[in-house]
Amino acid sequence: MFIRVVYESFRRQRRRKLLAGVAIALGVSVATAMIAVATDIGDKINRELRTYGANLVVTPDADTLDVEIGGVNLKPAGDGAFLREADLPNIKGMFWQHNVVAFAPTLSANTTVEGKPVTVLGTYFDKDLTYGAEHFRTGVPQVYPFWKVSGAWPKDDASEVLLGQKLASEIGKRVGDTIQLAGRDAKIVGVLTSGTAEESQVVAPLAIAQQLLGREGVVKKVFVSALTTPENDFARRDPATMSPEMRDRWYCTPYANSIALQLTEAIPHSHAEQIRQVAQNEGTVLDKIRGLMLLVTFAALLASALAVSAAMATAIFERRREVGLMKALGAGNFSVATFFFTEAALLAIIGGAIGYVAGNLMAQQIGQWVFQSRIAIQPVLFPIVIGLAVFVTFAGSAASIRKAMRFDPVMVLRGDA
Amino acid sequence: MSARHGSRTRMFVRMLIRASLVQRGRAASALMAVVVAATVATAMMTLYVDVQAKLRKEFRSYGANIVVVATEGRSLPSDALASVERTLNGRGLAVPFAYAVARTKGGAPIVVAGTDFERAKRLNSWWSISSRQPAAAASQQQALVGTKASKAIGDGPEFALTFDGREHQFSSSGTLRTGASEDSRVYIDLPEFEKWTGVAPSTIEIAASGTPTEIDATLRSLAASLPGAEVRPVRQIVEGEARVLGKTRAALLAAIAIIIFTAILCVLATLTAWVLDRRRDFAIMKALGASETLINSFFAAEAAALGAVGAIAGFALGLGVAAWIGQANFHSAVQPRWSVFPAVLAGSIAVALISAVLPISMLRRVQPATILRGE
Repeated sequence: MFIRVVYESFRRQRRRKLLAGVAIALGVSVATAMIAVATDIGDKINRELRTYGANLVVTPDADTLDVEIGGVNLKPAGDGAFLREADLPNIKGMFWQHNVVAFAPTLSANTTVEGKPVTVLGTYFDKDLTYGAEHFRTGVPQVYPFWKVSGAWPKDDASEVLLGQKLASEIGKRVGDTIQLAGRDAKIVGVLTSGTAEESQVVAPLAIAQQLLGREGVVKKVFVSALTTPENDFARRDPATMSPEMRDRWYCTPYANSIALQLTEAIPHSHAEQIRQVAQNEGTVLDKIRGLMLLVTFAALLASALAVSAAMATAIFERRREVGLMKALGAGNFSVATFFFTEAALLAIIGGAIGYVAGNLMAQQIGQWVFQSRIAIQPVLFPIVIGLAVFVTFAGSAASIRKAMRFDPVMVLRGDA
Repeated sequence: MSARHGSRTRMFVRMLIRASLVQRGRAASALMAVVVAATVATAMMTLYVDVQAKLRKEFRSYGANIVVVATEGRSLPSDALASVERTLNGRGLAVPFAYAVARTKGGAPIVVAGTDFERAKRLNSWWSISSRQPAAAASQQQALVGTKASKAIGDGPEFALTFDGREHQFSSSGTLRTGASEDSRVYIDLPEFEKWTGVAPSTIEIAASGTPTEIDATLRSLAASLPGAEVRPVRQIVEGEARVLGKTRAALLAAIAIIIFTAILCVLATLTAWVLDRRRDFAIMKALGASETLINSFFAAEAAALGAVGAIAGFALGLGVAAWIGQANFHSAVQPRWSVFPAVLAGSIAVALISAVLPISMLRRVQPATILRGE
């Protein structure tokens, strides 16, 4: 009998149920989309923040002091210790390998071009590397997305170079010209604008710099661009003083410091350090943006909860005649309440499921539109939003149901209430 | 005639007021829907306008976005800093840096930089400085030593550096850690530096605040006022900021559009239900001989009043919500934007009118008798 009442109620009052269902579905879709975007935005913005360039740098452990002013090295280039190029693929064997977006080694050598002393910076552009069975490509365009090249990027195995914008205008060379490097012709394939010291340098494949320096298979520094978690007090602690469990937790969180430690472990005789200007501020900016989206989501949730509650309250208030009729036929308060709550729960689950799907689509649209990538949606969100929908619908119905039951059935049925 | 006209107006107003007073619950829930929508719309729009400025301030923690560098090997003119500050006019921070290569006791070259410590610390908030107790002799020059440099100069807190044959005693006041070239330098106070080396600042780092166009203008006027120097933006900072800010704003805009759209739909649904529910009033009016225009204007006036009241209450609440979000996330209040109000008011009234007119035009074709019989 109970099931029949509920069934008939849905069958006969389709318009009303549809309206309430649409309200719930809308509310849930907004909640789903907003929660999905807010939980994923940290990751997305983190990737955008990689525009700032490398946040970690690996240097030789036994290196001498840098003598560098304004990005110009004043020390003989062959001085000090080096890292081995062959160790670099180890970076992809680290625990946090997937957080490493890209890395690029650098090696400076001094030479003369067109009678002018210049620094040649050797690095990777789009180098194909192998670690175990895994292939990956990395290079300076990914590490420094703010480097702009007019022309093309050089190939790693060719005799092609980039000319810094300032140097190019000083020696009057353009794209397509050639310069003499290490006793052979090097073709200028692009002109670099970076806003840094590289603008008065030649940027060349690593092999050319190694030849100029006369040292095979070495690099001076490795710049690493990695996705990190904002630093907290725990991250700043010294892992050497931690208990084993705490150290594991520290090691297995992608803090800049723990990734630096792993880099030091991956490359022999090296020392990795976070570049604080990039690494520290990342956290600040990320926290603010995440906080903002979280608060906006909270406001959206509140608003859609109120809207759904209002819709439910209206829907039930309209049906006080039914309540009157049920009571006149001898139904107790308990059965009336059960009936309405069952109806509300059904509406919430159906509307919620539709809303969840719609919300997913909305989140994907936002992801495509803003970040040109998919938004990751946690499946655990489904029970959460359905639970929220049921709760909000109940809360919205409760007051109206109580009010409807307080009326005298006779008055309600006569239309006086 | 005019008396009759007056009584009709009075009747119209009376009906309007009584309608909302008698069915208080229904009117209140319709009003609440409008208020919620207006609150959300106000809060989101206010936030959207203000959030740019707020985030820009956060991005300034990345440090300088403009650098002024003297042409190779020379120093900036002595009035350069004053001239930069005149151009900035309080809308930014300028820090001078002077560099020289000195030698340690062991003869190794080391870069010594002279700067204004207070300003440098404010500009480069990421500098991690572990300070130690100042050594006894106050006459000795305090120096901030980079982590790598501290290994090169030896163990004790006191050390000597030679520049151009002139030896100078320093006492380390702390260790500086940045992960970049600063780690290999020794920083000392600029006046002392100039007295010792005779080298004037060659670089001024500037954190200019404002929108990209304002910063561009600052850049141009700086270049005009310092003809002997190179003025350039720090691409890394400028580009990163533009990109992240753009994405954040776009994400916020998408979220706002969805939220406002949903709020409008909810208002439409609630108000339509409310008007439909009152089809008996409509039928009675019609049965008593009210003209179509009168009924339409009655429901329209009611909807407009509801929209207006809801918009005003929602605007006030929305400013509160925006201020709370600003306080909670950025620790500074969001400025109320009065320019948002007309949009919210017009939007609320328009939505309310649409949701009143739709059901009325649906009911127009129905005979009053049918409705009154309850079919």
